[in-house]
This record gives sequence, C-alpha cells and structure tokens, in this order.
Amino acid sequence: MSLIHRSILLLLGLGLSAQTAAAPELNLYSARNEALIQPLLERFTEQTGIKVNLVTGKADALLKRLKSEGRNSPADLLLTTDAGRLHRAVEAGVTQPFSSELLDKVVPANYRDPQGHWVGLSVRSRPILYVKGKVEPSELSSYEALSDAKWKGRICIRSSSNIYNQSLIASMIAANGEAETEKWAKGLVANLALPPKGGDRDQIKAAASGQCDIAIANTYYLAGMLNSSESDQVDAASKMAVFWPNQNGRGAHVNISGAAITRSSKNPGAAVKLLEFLVSEASQQWYAEVNGEYPVRAGVAVGDILKGWGEFKADTLNLGQLGELNAEAVMLMDRAGWR
Amino acid sequence: MRVNYWSISSSGIALILAIPLFVVVANIFVPAGEVWQHLAETVLRDYVVNSLLLMVGVAIISLTLGVGTAWLVSMTEFPGRRVFEWALLLPMAIPAYIIAYTYTGMLDFAGPVQTTLRELTGWGYGDYWFPEVRSLEGAAIMLALVLYPYIYLLARAAFLSQSLCVLEVSRSLGNGPWRTFFSVGLPLARPAIAAGLSLVLMETLADYGTVQYFGVDTFTTGIFRTWYGLDNAPAAAQLAAILLLFVVVLVTLERYSRRQARYHDSGRGKSSLTRLPLHGWGRLSATLFCLATLLFGFLLPAGQLGLWAIDTYEEMIDQRFATLVFHTLELAVLASLLALITALLLNYARRLQPNRTVRFAVRAAGMGYAIPGTVIAVGVVIPFGWFDNTLDSWMREQFDISTGLLLSGTLAALLFAYLVRFLAVSLHAVESGLERITPSMDEAARAMGERPAAILGRIHIPMLKGSLITALLLVFVDVLKELPATLILRPFNFNTLAVRAYELAADERLADAASAALAIVIAGLIPVILLSRSLSQSREEKK
Repeated sequence: MSLIHRSILLLLGLGLSAQTAAAPELNLYSARNEALIQPLLERFTEQTGIKVNLVTGKADALLKRLKSEGRNSPADLLLTTDAGRLHRAVEAGVTQPFSSELLDKVVPANYRDPQGHWVGLSVRSRPILYVKGKVEPSELSSYEALSDAKWKGRICIRSSSNIYNQSLIASMIAANGEAETEKWAKGLVANLALPPKGGDRDQIKAAASGQCDIAIANTYYLAGMLNSSESDQVDAASKMAVFWPNQNGRGAHVNISGAAITRSSKNPGAAVKLLEFLVSEASQQWYAEVNGEYPVRAGVAVGDILKGWGEFKADTLNLGQLGELNAEAVMLMDRAGWR
Repeated sequence: MRVNYWSISSSGIALILAIPLFVVVANIFVPAGEVWQHLAETVLRDYVVNSLLLMVGVAIISLTLGVGTAWLVSMTEFPGRRVFEWALLLPMAIPAYIIAYTYTGMLDFAGPVQTTLRELTGWGYGDYWFPEVRSLEGAAIMLALVLYPYIYLLARAAFLSQSLCVLEVSRSLGNGPWRTFFSVGLPLARPAIAAGLSLVLMETLADYGTVQYFGVDTFTTGIFRTWYGLDNAPAAAQLAAILLLFVVVLVTLERYSRRQARYHDSGRGKSSLTRLPLHGWGRLSATLFCLATLLFGFLLPAGQLGLWAIDTYEEMIDQRFATLVFHTLELAVLASLLALITALLLNYARRLQPNRTVRFAVRAAGMGYAIPGTVIAVGVVIPFGWFDNTLDSWMREQFDISTGLLLSGTLAALLFAYLVRFLAVSLHAVESGLERITPSMDEAARAMGERPAAILGRIHIPMLKGSLITALLLVFVDVLKELPATLILRPFNFNTLAVRAYELAADERLADAASAALAIVIAGLIPVILLSRSLSQSREEKK
C-alpha cells in the first residue's frame, strides 16, 4: 500500500469513527411540511432519546434525491402526504419491508402496503362541501351524480394537476372503469362554475361568496379555515356543510399521509419505533387537532369540528391502487379538458 | 500560452456548470413511451401558446415600466425623483409567487375589494365585470411587476454611463427630449436593455409558482404535470430540453440582431448633463407613472404582507426564525460571491479569446436561468449522487472502506445549483459593463507590456465597479427568494426564509406565511438600496 493510500485511509478513518460514535439518530425525508411534523418529532426525541433530522420538500423531488443517493443515502424514512407517492417509492426500489405487530394491529389493512413497505399515518378525506341553504343534502348522493346537468355552473374544484384530484379520479377508475369515469369527468367539467385555479381553500371561499354552490375539497382545509385567526376565513367556512358521498356504495374518497422505511436505512429498528410513535393515540390526536385530519386508528377522540361532521364510511380500496392508476387518471383528465 | 490558460480554465468551469443541463438534455435519448402522442393530442398546444403569450405580455409591460422609469429618473427632474431612483428597485425583493398570493387575496371575488364593492352596490355574482387576477393576463402583470427592476437597473446604469456628449449633441441639434430618447438614448442603451429583458423572459419561463396558482398551463407547469402526475421523468426532462432550446433560439436571435453594432464608449468627456426639468403635465405624469409602478409593484403587496404579519407574527416568529434568517443570508452571500468571481472570469476569458469554444462554453453556462429550479436541482442530484456512489464503490473495493456521500446533501451541492441557476444574472451584468469598455484600452495596456490578469485587476475591475456590485447584489436577492432548488438540495435541519414562507403559503395559510415573506423583502431591501446608491455615486464621481 502506498503512502498516499495509507494517508487517505487514515483521513477517512478519522472521519468515519467520528460519525459512528454519535448517538442513534434518524434521518427523515418528509413531504409533510415542517410545521406539521416537527412538533411530533420533538416529542419522540424527548421520549426515546433518538434525534430525528429533517428535510422537507415535494415528494417526487425527495424520491429523486433518494434514488440518486442510492445505497449511501442517509435517509431512514420517506414521509409523503399521499399513498400514490409511497407506491412510486416502492416501485423505484428504494424502500424495504418492515413488520410491526403494533402497526398491523392498529392500522386498518387498506391503509397499509400489502407487501409491508409503507404504512398510513393519518387519513385525509375529500367529500362534497355545499353551501348551507342553497343546496339540500337530499339533493346530493355520490361523486358520480355530480355530472348531472342540474349542477351546471354550480361546482367548484381545483386543477387536475393537484394530487388529491388525481387520487379521487384514480379511485373512480378503480370503482367504475376508465371509460365510465372519462364520461363522468367530461360531465363534471361541463358543470364547473369557474376554470379551475387556486387551492382547496379558494374553492371553499368561492362557494361561500356565491360563485358556486358545491366545492370539492379536503376537510382539513375547511377545519383550518374554521380555526383561522382571520375572520373572513371563518365566515366563509361557516357557510359550508360537509356531505359524505357514496355512503350506500363504496364510501367517501380518502387518501393518507404515510411513511416508508428506505432500503438504505442503517437503523430500521429505530425507524419502526418512530412509525409506532406516530400512530400512538397521543400523536393521532395531535394530527386531528392541529391539522384536522382523521386518525388512522380507530377509537381516537377527535375535536368538536370533526365530530360535528359526523362519522362516515370511507372507501376501502387499498390505497396502493391510487398510485398504480395515477398516470391513467391524469391522462383521462387531460382528455376530458379538466385543466 | 497565458492566453490558453484563460481559455482552458474558463471552458473547464463552464463545462462543469453545464453538467446539470447536459443531464437534462441527455434525456432526449431516453424513450418516454407513448406519452408524447398523448401530450400532442391534448395539452401541448396550450403549453406552447400560453408560454408565448405570457412572454409577450411580460415583455411589453416590463419594458414599458423598466425603460420608462429608468429614463425619467436618470435624465429628467421631477418631484420625488430622488426617492424613486432607489425605490423603483424594491419590487425585486418580492418573490413572484408571493405577489401573486397577495393580489389574489386582495382582488379575488371573495377578497375585500370585491366584497366591499358588492356590499356598496348590492350586486351579486355575475352582475358586474371585474378583472380576473388569476388569469394569463394577471400572471403577466404579476411577473412584470416584480421583474421589471432587472430592466430598470441595467437600463438606468446604461443611461447614466452614456457619454453625455452624445446626448448634449443631440439636444444641441434641436432634438427634444423624446427625440433624444428614441434616436440616441434608447439605441445606445440597447445592449443593456436586451440583457435585462432576456433575464426577465428567462425568469418568466422558469416561473412555476405563479402560473400554477393562477391555473395557467405553461410549458413549466407541463413539465411538472408530466413528472409528478404522469410519473414520467424522461418525458418531463424532454419538455425541459425543449424549453432550453427555446431559450437558445431567443438568445441567439437577440445577439444576431445586434451582431454588427458595438457600443463602446471612449471613457472621455463625461461632464454632467443637466437633468431636463419637466413642467406641467409632463412633471405630473412622470411622478404619477413612477408612483403607480412603485405602488403596484411594492407598496400594496408589501402593505398587505405587513397587515397579515401584524396578525400572526407572535406565533410565527419563534426561536428558529433567527436561524432561518442566518441560513438565508449565509447562502446568499456565498452564492453571490461565487457567481461574481465566476462571471468575471468567464467574461474576461471571452474578451481575451473570443473564439467559438469559449463563446459556446460561456453561453452554455448561462442557460440555467430559464430552467425551473427543480429541474436544475435534479440535474445536480443525479451527477453528484453518481460521483459519490462511484467513488464509494471504488473505495470499498480498494480499501474496504465506505466514503458514503461526500457531496450529495451538502451545502456545496446547493451552492453549485445556485451557481448554475443564477450565473446568467451576474454574467449579463458583468458583460454589459465590460462591453462598454473599449478594447482599445486593453490594446494600449498590452502594448505597454501588461499581462491580462494585471489588466483585469488594474483597469477593468476599477472601471467595472458599478457592474460588479450590480452582479453581486442581483444574485444575492435572487438567492434570498430561491425556493425549488433549496427545497430539494438542502442538508438536514437546514431551512431558509423562502422555504418557511412557501410551506405555509402552499398550505394555504397566507397570513401565517407573511412574516417570513416580509423578512425576505426586508433582507432584500438592504442590498437593493445599496445597489441604487452605488449607481448614483458612479454618476456623481464622474462629475
């Protein structure tokens, strides 16, 4: 071995020993933003002594980073805000299966990957919201019925570039087939009050201010508006009521935020611990309180706002399907002229 | 031999900086499946048409605002001129998507303006017409309002450094101020205005936040829809490569159109031009024009952010906030210095060796500005990951030791991405300054036996002071606002103000995002004011 080789070794040896001497740590790539995950991570560190390092970003970009970093990636976990992206991570081969009796027990099977690569952490529902007094709940029934001509010019929904719409359409393709769903999407587009723009809160505001009678939006946005410090947001949200569609059929569309353990993880044991912590009753309650999402485990008490919307039957489709059908859903919406 | 050294090192640097673009372009050869047919049949036409219309709209508005105000404040005298001189740069400190959010908040159907209007008149939905903020036109206005300062800045520097003799001659020949503007001032400032406009247009093409929020489908939103939605990264990269091609054509056309023209000034005879005092309507309209630009580009949106921040700052400014500010400034300082040094080196190499290789290399290094930051970031992640893993495998084989990731996930990777993305800004600023220095100076110095490095240090850098400060501060402000590359590439536990503002705004919590957004604006104000003062001084010194 030459002198150069030996000195490189020495230098690296120093660097590496410094790294391995540190206390156990977890590295998290999160599509959930800092404000909605950091407080939980801090509690986890308090309880277990395991420090959690965080990078937030968009799921696809984080996935790209994970892929490029390969087996040397420092990430232990990938956290996303929809099931489709978890499915993509599995397809890309950057995750590993894990097993935990606790997770299997408390998280319903359709919110878990059948192969055990990911698990849901919170449930996000996307029902129909209507303006009180303008629409009677008896007029509403299912997503499918929204393509009826009686809703012409009365519906607000955001752009089809948004993942929640893509997932909704994917779930409809799974239930009704592609041809049927495309026909439906064309009908829905014809009923839109406005060209799709803005976010879910914008749809709620548009409905509340009289531009349309129905908005399709995730419930946690409505909860966020009701809890807002701005009075106009509270006023707008107060005019709206939640209708749970498809209760006589497959149930209302839901998605999850969830997490996978990476293949490169050096500490899968600790990673499972974090996942178990995130589905603990206290963490689940926190999700419900702070962001108005539904707990992924049964029997967790939720706040007054969520309670007020009542219990509902959720679609039991395995959410991995949403990922499989996502591209198909986007192309379908392109063809239907849903911008 | 010395000359070769310049040319080789500059080509080498430019080549390294072009790696992310090569990564993007290389995707042309990856089969993307049937998705192209689908795109061509459904949405591609919209992407192209909307992008073109957006560029035309932004160009018209930003030229009117930028060149108009620059001429007024540098050549005429009217009430408020001294304040407008620096204040007109302020909109630059506001990220485009933030101004889009604030105007939507104000002017949307459900916003305070229209709600008040309805309450006063008793009208309902559909009873009246009101301009729609979230539209293609709206997006063009939003982008132009925050981007015109690039044109203003470069045009004003050009107007101020114009040989005043030329303008005096024009005036003494009986040309009025308008005639002088159109027949002398404007043509002489053309390289600078063109440089400013090309920055504006490149930034427009790269914009994602504004058009996405406004529901305008452009080429850039198409790239992300194809990547995120269709999960087809090769096709998305191919779209990005087309975007790149588009920019190449744009830049080439611009250069071709002024291929013969050379605008050097002799550096002599700079006496102070008395500003033309305006009277009557001219005086009033000059003040109003500048005031309106400032009002819509800065005062209104910043005021709205301020109002929101008052409501929410107690919750939003926590202990971490100071760290955010520190990280943001740290990145901006490092990146702007790096970009300045690189730009100076590349531009000077091109001046010494205007051969094809160097010219191409410099051009390629400046293309990153038109590419959405996320695409650049992916172009950085892939080669860095490859390098790290290849080295790691080799080390494992040779020494049974893992080196892990040396570059990926470090600040170095992030700074590299900034350099790729923003080098165009400093390149343009330095170039437009360097172009105005006549080559006869270099020749004279060389004839006296000075070496190129000494000429750069002793002649060009002192003469370029204004341009160099411009280059430095422009990149500084750009990095303050930068979001997408920062999101993907930053190390663990490392956030910036832009990341904080974006995360809250993307969660549709505009009021909560206001404190961080306002902090970006304030951090941007200081360099903007410095910038303006340095420009004014460059004129004073010449008196």
